[in-house]
Amino acid sequence: MDKLFFDTNAPMADLDRVDGRAKVTGAAKYAAEYDLPGMTYGVLAGSNITKGTITAIDTKGAEKAPGVIAVITHLNAPKIPGYDEGTNPAKGQTGGKGLRIFNDNIIRFNGQPIALVIADTFERATYAASLIKAQYNKEAPHTDLVDAMKTDKPLEGQRYNEVVRGEKDAWKGAPVKIESTYIMPIHVHNPMELHATTVRWDGDDKVTVWEKTQGVKSTQQSVMQAFKLEEKNVQVNAQYVGGGFGAALRTWPHAIAALMGAKKTGKPLKLVLTRPQMFTLVGYRPEAIQKIAIGANTDGRLMGMMHEAAAITSTYEAFNEGLVKMTLQLYACANVTTKYNIYQLDVSTPTWMRGPGEATGSFPLECGLDELSYALKMDPIELRLRNYAETDPENGKPYSSKFLKEAYELGKDKIDWKRRNPEPKSMKDGEWQVGYGMSTGLFGAFRGQANLAAKLYADGTLLLQSAVSDSGPGTATAMVQIASDAMGIPANKIRFELGDSSLPPGPTQGGSSTTSTLGAAVSNACVTLKKKLAEAAKKSPVFGGDVAVESLDFSKGELSLKGDDSKRLSYGDVIKGAALSSIDVIENAVPNPAMQKYSAYSYSVHFVRVKVHPLTGVVRIDKIVTAADAGKIVSYKTAESQMIGGVVGGLGGALMEEGVIDHRYGRWVNNNLADYHVPVHADVPHIEAYFVNKPDPVLNPVGSKGMGEIALIGFAAAVANAIYHATGKRIRQLPITPDKILEANSI
Amino acid sequence: MTNEHEDDVLRAAHSRRSFLKRTTAAAAITLAPAALVKAAEDKLDEKGAEYFEKLPLQIEVNGKPYSLQVEPRVTLLDLLREQLHLTGSKKGCDYGQCGACTVHVDGQRVLSCLSLAVMQDGKKITTIEGLQNGDDLHPMQEAFIEHDGFQCGYCTPGQIMSAVACIREGHAKNDADIREYMSGNICRCGAYPNIVDAIKDVVKKGGVK
Ligand code: FES
Ligand code: FES
Repeated sequence: MDKLFFDTNAPMADLDRVDGRAKVTGAAKYAAEYDLPGMTYGVLAGSNITKGTITAIDTKGAEKAPGVIAVITHLNAPKIPGYDEGTNPAKGQTGGKGLRIFNDNIIRFNGQPIALVIADTFERATYAASLIKAQYNKEAPHTDLVDAMKTDKPLEGQRYNEVVRGEKDAWKGAPVKIESTYIMPIHVHNPMELHATTVRWDGDDKVTVWEKTQGVKSTQQSVMQAFKLEEKNVQVNAQYVGGGFGAALRTWPHAIAALMGAKKTGKPLKLVLTRPQMFTLVGYRPEAIQKIAIGANTDGRLMGMMHEAAAITSTYEAFNEGLVKMTLQLYACANVTTKYNIYQLDVSTPTWMRGPGEATGSFPLECGLDELSYALKMDPIELRLRNYAETDPENGKPYSSKFLKEAYELGKDKIDWKRRNPEPKSMKDGEWQVGYGMSTGLFGAFRGQANLAAKLYADGTLLLQSAVSDSGPGTATAMVQIASDAMGIPANKIRFELGDSSLPPGPTQGGSSTTSTLGAAVSNACVTLKKKLAEAAKKSPVFGGDVAVESLDFSKGELSLKGDDSKRLSYGDVIKGAALSSIDVIENAVPNPAMQKYSAYSYSVHFVRVKVHPLTGVVRIDKIVTAADAGKIVSYKTAESQMIGGVVGGLGGALMEEGVIDHRYGRWVNNNLADYHVPVHADVPHIEAYFVNKPDPVLNPVGSKGMGEIALIGFAAAVANAIYHATGKRIRQLPITPDKILEANSI
Repeated sequence: MTNEHEDDVLRAAHSRRSFLKRTTAAAAITLAPAALVKAAEDKLDEKGAEYFEKLPLQIEVNGKPYSLQVEPRVTLLDLLREQLHLTGSKKGCDYGQCGACTVHVDGQRVLSCLSLAVMQDGKKITTIEGLQNGDDLHPMQEAFIEHDGFQCGYCTPGQIMSAVACIREGHAKNDADIREYMSGNICRCGAYPNIVDAIKDVVKKGGVK
């Protein structure tokens, strides 16, 4: 009821998900759920070693197994024309070349696919894949970041250069300072839907792909490049996507394998990764070891900061992300030095995962601020307010909107911060120690380009189409809401079609930019629709020619004359009156050039109350309040769910998630959901999400900013800070499991 | 009971295979020796044997009877998804670790990825596709929509099937109970609080049959 703390004039819309019915009835179809006549099944066999070369591979057993149609290895793989160009067909991300599957005999990580077995049933393909036998020339694996930091040189290049703002090492001369090292393990996206590719070649140069992807257009491009196909001959479908969190942002090698396999056999093929393969074939958030140092005046003003990060990547790609950026962006501090190092190890390539960069970088930064607040004996919120950036510290630009102060206020009020006794280890509930912690999250508010088709029909229904896919946030719902508000058409008369690469090109769903990018296209399209409606209304006697858009109201599916609403006509009648079957608009929305003068970020403020059991080290998160400045909230229900979902992801990272590799063998230890712990029902309390809900006036016509990333960014720090407050123990390594709490020394 | 059944399955498979091998060998002598010996060498008899190794299976899925021939290693989940094309039950792990594949077998919630299809002979299966009554959604489906108990929707069928069973089992008396007894169903989108709200709402409105 008071979720809308700062009420804007428009009420926050509360639409049920437009695809809700399909999702609760099982009618929603995901990539592996299309039944094609003559379907075959592909299963990948992986390398047992981590590094070396394949010297021999025996596929006879598999080939002779019942139902097997083909076995593909590096020895007989069909040529992928895009492989030869040196460009990476399975689209490179930030440097290096993606794994060119079955292209050579080199093993680069444990579990790397060495064969694709194709059979007429899933069971037969799975069994036959177990019969693949390879011999290797094995080399010692190198997968430990701690070792690498001692013996290896990090990658060099512009992205890895030291950044010095103001004076280097200024923090060292500050009267109050902290210096610490924080460790974060590998996190794995693990969307519930296994990555899957279904392929049907319709001839040599024409293919249809059902893919788990966050971008149907980017998948289409990757397939075109890899197989040298024309755009019109590559159809990519992703009607429903069962979660992505970044893992479905690129076209991975297994998809190329599926395309290759179906091409070789001439039959449709379905390839679904196993859960263990989800740990090595579709990326993860890289492990990072980070040093933070912060110095402040006794009044809390920051004098200098230093943030140095080391993270892992594969030997064949230089995956990098903005790990240390947040330290340059969040606080008004004149002297900041950052350095980002990545080390190439015998692991598969990491990728963007929800809150890429900032989720990792915010852990030392926001714990560091907390450490400093205790050193200063200052309230951690007060410390942040004293260093509040009124302009972008990186470039001095004003913000297009910033309501972080309001978010602090909102969260502080809702968690009842005043009940917190600032003294660590001072609060109790029975035998449990109680602690309050908070943190800030930030992520750039981006907007890209989007195309959209809108058709307003004579029956008053509106169809919107764009080639985007939705991995869960509720894109179609938000777009329907925007159009409904703009056009005055009830939501149930609007349909948003997506997940089809033949529709007008839309953005990839990543970087928290979909609502901003696509929402702008919907908003613009509605403006054009109104103009066209007014134009068509000229033909109607009702308005007597007085049909300037400005003189008309558009609501409840009707045009009416401002000041004289006896003159009204339904959209349908306008269209029929003009002898049209529909009014069509194709919109191409591009970023607002006025944004060049501004900086834009979304912000989150996380508050948690924890209970820690001193004898067992068990942590229970008791209460969670998250407040966000994400611009105008377009669709309240889905927005709240997205915030809650991000917080749950953050909770996993804080308390339980940890990808473990046995560095003796370079092999994953816990590549399944029983051993890699993600939050379950019992771990998650009621979560309160609040929004400042003030529109950004420049970024896009809707006023929204991004939300998906900030929901998670910073959350781990809030938990660690609360645990410190409860116990006096500063745990600087995630996940904060009971053993770490028991072993740590109290203040 | 279950063990006896398993034994039967194994015995049946074994005797079929031995029979087939014998007949193949006999045929090899009396008919076209060279080709069939070659076939045996190439293990083509295995291909034939496999055909006879399918077992009969009578089950009812969502009120519809099926009379099937199924390989013993096929899981109930793969039978539903790949053979009956009921893809509402999801595969999130295939190892009994996530709950996405939850269905009801004779009214009890079961992880269909951990259940062999042939062990369900004579049983009644309900999947998410069979939960609604004609066009009317089940109250739990309604509540999931109303409380936005999902995002991507992939864990949702399993959550809903579990939630219905959770109430039936009497394990939805309070929040803590619900959370405990729903913990076998992972939602990576993190819709947990909304799912708990949906279940509570259904309980409040009179529960499930
Ligand atoms: S698919 Fe059955 S429990 Fe995960
Ligand atoms: S809704 Fe996506 S996993 Fe639960």
